[in-house]
Amino acid sequence: MNHAFRRHWLACSLAACALGVLLWGALAPLRFATRDQLFEIPKGTWARRMAGDKVEILPARIRLTLGVQDVLLLRNSDTVPQIFGPVLIMPGQDFRLPFEQASDYQFACSAHASGQMTVAVVALPDPGWNRLRWRVDALVDAIRVFDKGMNRLWKN
Amino acid sequence: MIFGLIDKLRRSRAGGNPYFASRSARYGFPPARERRGALLLSLCLVAGAASADKLKSGVFEPPRAAPEIALGAADGSAFKLANYRGKVVVLEFGYTHCTDVCPVSLASLAQARRKMGPDAAGLQVVFITVDPARDTAPHLRAYLAKFDPSFVGLTGSQAQVDAVLKAYGIAATRKPIEGSKTDYTMHHSSYLYFVDRQGMLRALMPFGRPADEMVHDAKLLLQN
Repeated sequence: MNHAFRRHWLACSLAACALGVLLWGALAPLRFATRDQLFEIPKGTWARRMAGDKVEILPARIRLTLGVQDVLLLRNSDTVPQIFGPVLIMPGQDFRLPFEQASDYQFACSAHASGQMTVAVVALPDPGWNRLRWRVDALVDAIRVFDKGMNRLWKN
Repeated sequence: MIFGLIDKLRRSRAGGNPYFASRSARYGFPPARERRGALLLSLCLVAGAASADKLKSGVFEPPRAAPEIALGAADGSAFKLANYRGKVVVLEFGYTHCTDVCPVSLASLAQARRKMGPDAAGLQVVFITVDPARDTAPHLRAYLAKFDPSFVGLTGSQAQVDAVLKAYGIAATRKPIEGSKTDYTMHHSSYLYFVDRQGMLRALMPFGRPADEMVHDAKLLLQN
């Protein structure tokens, strides 16, 4: 066995690392610095829109998790009032919407082609498969956001 | 259980010697377990109070003054939001031909007022039509009376209503009903807007929240 390990030490180490990551993903508690999930209209957004730039800040689907990150925080850091998702927010104003029940919430949102925005509020996942799947979904969401940001940068 | 075992161990070690007795016994404090319990209880109470102090609605930070509403009331008088200082005003934007959103919200608001008991006098529900072409003052008055006679209905010219909708950032669009040349529905905001006693637009409650949450927020705004 020792001999086999020496021959395949790299594969064994990789397998051990993968197992460690899976175990961490399935069992480690979920921690966030804040329960707010922030979406911010940066300064200059209105000017960019007026110049014909298509600025998308709110995704059509937002996922929140009860007890971990269950408050939708919309912030207008621009210099003019903005209709952000379903509400009119003044410059320098925040709108903080808490959720207490797991469900899909539909909001009218003129910024999206469908005219709707969905806030999917999910229950806190139990340790094990559910928590692992939750982390994979969060990773996929993060990659999507990163990819969109890179595409925007590439276009500019 | 662990704390119980530790206390038992301490008691057996003490054997009558005050030096080995726990510090709580030596200095006359409550036992450690009780202190921990009291600390935990106070933390729970603080956490509970903090969550009870928070509105269930979405809140604006900082809040802005609620835009004035220049429309006619269904009883023929001129409405002025400023006349309701000292009361919590809940604004609902809708129309009387609505079949799914408006009647549900109005029924919940009527239920909330009933649940508030004497505090209901401090809550004023104002229903603003997004369909002034069909919602005449008499029609609006008769419609609202079915839910709660204290509800105030507002209507006006299309331009007046549009100005109010714009000030509150509300979209209302007309959708023709298939197969009809005259009938239509209105797609509109389904939020309830909470204006506090000082006339500040404080919160928005999404459609479908239970009457208990409306009571909670209205009472909280009445206290502040």
